[in-house]
Amino acid sequence: MLTFIGLGLYDHKDVSVRGLECIRSADVVFLEGYTSRLAGTSIAEMEAWYGRSIRVLGREEVEQHPEIVLDPAVTGDVAFLTGGDPMVSTTHSDLRIRAQLRGIKTTLIHGASISSAVCGVTGLQNYRFGKSCSLPFPQKNWTPMTPIDVIRMNLSQGLHTLVYLDIQDDRCMTVPQAVFLLEEMAQKAGISIPLYVGVARAGSPDPVVLAGPAERVRNADFGPPLHILVIPGPLHVMEEEYLSLFGGL
Amino acid sequence: MARGKKSIEKVTELMSDPVHIRNIGIVAHIDHGKTTLSDNLLAGAGIISEELAGKQLFMDSDEEEQARGITIDASNVSMVHEYEGQEFLINMIDTPGHVDFGGDVTRAMRAVDGAVVLVDAVEGTMPQTETVLRQALKEGVRPVLFINKVDRLINELKVDEMEMQIRLGRVIDKVNKLIKGMNEEAYNAGWKLDASQGTVAFGSALYNWAVSVPFMKKSGVSFKEVYESCRTGDMKNLAKRSPLCDVVLDMVVKHLPNPKDSQKRRIKVIWHGDATTPEGKAMLECDPNGPATLMITDISFDPHAGEVATGRLFSGRIKRGTELYVMGTAKKVNRLQQVGIFMGPTRVEVEEITAGNIAAVTGLKDAIVGSTVTTLQDMTPFESLKHYSEPVMTVAVEAKNMKDLPKLVEVLRQVAKEDPTLQVNINEETGEHLISGMGELHLEIVTGRIKRDKGVEIITSEPIVVYRETVTQKAGPVEGKSPNRHNRFYLELEVLPDAIVELIKNGQVSMNQSQLERRDALIAAGMDKEEAKNVKDIYGHTMFIDMTKGIQYLNETMELIIEGLHEALDGGPLADEKVQNLKIKLVDVKLHEDAIHRGPAQVIPAVRAAVKAGMLMAGDTLLEPVQKIQITVPTDQMGNATAQIQGRRGQVYDIQSEGDTVTVVGKAPVAELFGFAGDIRSATEGRAMWSTEFAGFELVPSNLMKEVVTSIRKRKGLKEQMPTPADYLA
Ligand SMILES: Nc1nc2c(ncn2[C@@H]2O[C@H](COP(=O)(O)OP(=O)(O)OP(=O)(O)O)[C@@H](O)[C@H]2O)c(=O)[nH]1
Ligand SMILES: [Mg+2]
Repeated sequence: MLTFIGLGLYDHKDVSVRGLECIRSADVVFLEGYTSRLAGTSIAEMEAWYGRSIRVLGREEVEQHPEIVLDPAVTGDVAFLTGGDPMVSTTHSDLRIRAQLRGIKTTLIHGASISSAVCGVTGLQNYRFGKSCSLPFPQKNWTPMTPIDVIRMNLSQGLHTLVYLDIQDDRCMTVPQAVFLLEEMAQKAGISIPLYVGVARAGSPDPVVLAGPAERVRNADFGPPLHILVIPGPLHVMEEEYLSLFGGL
Repeated sequence: MARGKKSIEKVTELMSDPVHIRNIGIVAHIDHGKTTLSDNLLAGAGIISEELAGKQLFMDSDEEEQARGITIDASNVSMVHEYEGQEFLINMIDTPGHVDFGGDVTRAMRAVDGAVVLVDAVEGTMPQTETVLRQALKEGVRPVLFINKVDRLINELKVDEMEMQIRLGRVIDKVNKLIKGMNEEAYNAGWKLDASQGTVAFGSALYNWAVSVPFMKKSGVSFKEVYESCRTGDMKNLAKRSPLCDVVLDMVVKHLPNPKDSQKRRIKVIWHGDATTPEGKAMLECDPNGPATLMITDISFDPHAGEVATGRLFSGRIKRGTELYVMGTAKKVNRLQQVGIFMGPTRVEVEEITAGNIAAVTGLKDAIVGSTVTTLQDMTPFESLKHYSEPVMTVAVEAKNMKDLPKLVEVLRQVAKEDPTLQVNINEETGEHLISGMGELHLEIVTGRIKRDKGVEIITSEPIVVYRETVTQKAGPVEGKSPNRHNRFYLELEVLPDAIVELIKNGQVSMNQSQLERRDALIAAGMDKEEAKNVKDIYGHTMFIDMTKGIQYLNETMELIIEGLHEALDGGPLADEKVQNLKIKLVDVKLHEDAIHRGPAQVIPAVRAAVKAGMLMAGDTLLEPVQKIQITVPTDQMGNATAQIQGRRGQVYDIQSEGDTVTVVGKAPVAELFGFAGDIRSATEGRAMWSTEFAGFELVPSNLMKEVVTSIRKRKGLKEQMPTPADYLA
């Protein structure tokens, strides 16, 4: 049996009670450590809280060697932990498909996801979001323009865009970095982005939300990770009021 | 060097006047006398003393060249020649004749407008004569003929006067036949060689005399006199009345084009940009006042000045401080430091160089051989320099001392830059680097120079043959999945037809030309129209075609797909050898909606796996390099000569006898040719005259295939078990 367990947003205490019970009774506990991470805790702290030892898996282990997770799930109970909600903005559907094909029973235990949390901290209404996108760090001969295409399309339909920021082994993209990259792309694409809403550490005791034009958001200090960005479409009156009270607009 | 100085002044004076310039290359089969001729031309022009000339102290200045008695590097020199009361600047390049250094000829032909083709009167046209002629014509370079070593004809072969003329006529006919076969249009348009017109001269570079029909009229020297002088061995008088340099350089000035005339015709051959742009117009006109356009044909290292780039300036002017851009790089300004010309081994700085000359400059830190360099921010690059031969042998080198590890890497990078026919693979992890070259001699010289010139002690392995992989059937669509399995690439693989491979080899189809031009050339060669339109990449004679339609995000993923493709083609699944002659079609793609899930780490391995698995499904097989061999021996040695070819898995396909000699022509795999020089010498009592030349890659015989593949895999530390498609598609 393989259980995908979402750990929520920020630290070891964000897991649901059902999730926690499941972790404590599992034979093996894996943590996927590359698509998201809980910025407010450490592996040691998690292990102490759950009372279980955790094996952290890298991208290559999950993607190229899924048997690491699947083999023990044939006879035992395996808990596969991810930050946020297990099937949102990750590629783990593949792992569940593989498990099903091998006749392994699977279950999902959901956790809070940034994609809904962001509505809470910014007041931007969930109904008004278009397609979301992620923003990768530029690499040698690969600077995809997809993010700006998605933003342009959403803006033209009056929709908000949630922009996931790249998380790599050695660095996490910050809101100011993201604004800088998007401004560059927007210029190339010949559009302008009127408003940014930067969010840091949603789900923590000290989240930061800051709305404003590029100049302002780019120069603000958002503190430690994780960060996320929203490009809002035209604001509804309620959204505007909310942002001016909670986002410094 | 007082006279050297004076001639430099003259040279710089003439440089700004294209009508009075001739850029020429001296080309021939090995040992036919190019350097002897070059030296004597220089002596005649007063650049070196008569005593030095012919002893090859000037143009073959490298100690290795002198010790071996052959030219290794092309070298440039400029001199002044007076013809009909006017002075002309001759920029001359003496090229090597040994096949292993043929890359120098290919490159020199881009820099010049005319070529003096030498043929040894006794040996006649040889395989390399044909090759250098082909290289010249391909570049739009006009040839004239100098039949050398006429003294040998008389003294060694003891022919009479009649026979001498018949033999000389035969050489002319043969060369004409070659020209006609290679470019009939040019042949009919006046490039046919004709002794009576003066496009052929005869003589002896060693004894410093020559004759041509026009010069004979002027000097009154007759064939009879030539014959008698040679027979009696007193050629001094002949050299005085009919000096080599006057006859040859008169022919050069009269019949080879000046840069202005030449560029009108040549630019279309070597550059496929828009002729109505400022650079297009300037190059066609050889205009010194247009934008500067320079094609780099050589890079060498000067212990003091660093990297020296030599190239042909087709338009504009350059001087110290000129700011240039190197096409195909990050477009950073490269500021010229020294600007000069080569005078054999030394380089002389000059104030300025103008259109139509060959320049040697420092400061072009981004340039490599083949670079297009210009004052413009952007221009269509010149057609790349394509050498007909490919590396067939590899040696592994390692630093002898630990402390030299980083230095060796740096030196190897330099070596690769200096000699673009080499292929250098640097492996900083193991410290064992691979150098592939044209043959045993090439690699011996290169590794020798690493020790001698760069001062790095190295350990060199025995040379190993370079193989290739290709497919024999069709396969696909093969599905390549990204590691996260959210991206899928569907490929079809098959053999690229020979006609298309030829077009790529000849540079008639490239990614430089416009899509339309490429499409038309491919359709004319029989390719399907839809395919011809959608070529996305050409790599190692493999063509990649995108047959998909309207797939979102494919555009921004294409670079990564091509990267994955190149990784697979750099080492096939069978033996990790380079892959060639495939047609790979992308027929469908599924991409993840979000960019981060279809980045390099996902796309590159997916495509690489699909190509490798596809190759295995399409009957991946091994090719080995093959050399054409020509051996001329006295008739009674014929059996020994053919045995030397046949005994090496070779094949003899032509035997021609002439008088008491026979010429055997055949081919054999490089793998069997190690030690050929020694064996043929002893088998024929040293009486064989032979030459080899690259003849492409051919299938390894099926009965040997398994053994060869296994030994390569073992050597490279690959799993001994042959891979299967499933290994890549998991
Ligand atoms: N008898 C005779 N020997 C000549 C003549 N010209 C050159 N040689 C000799 O031929 C040999 C080769 O001459 P090179 O000038 O080095 O020939 P090359 O074409 O430059 O040779 P590579 O550059 O190695 O291809 C030397 O031993 C010369 O002395 C000639 O006119 N008559
Ligand atoms: Mg020579």
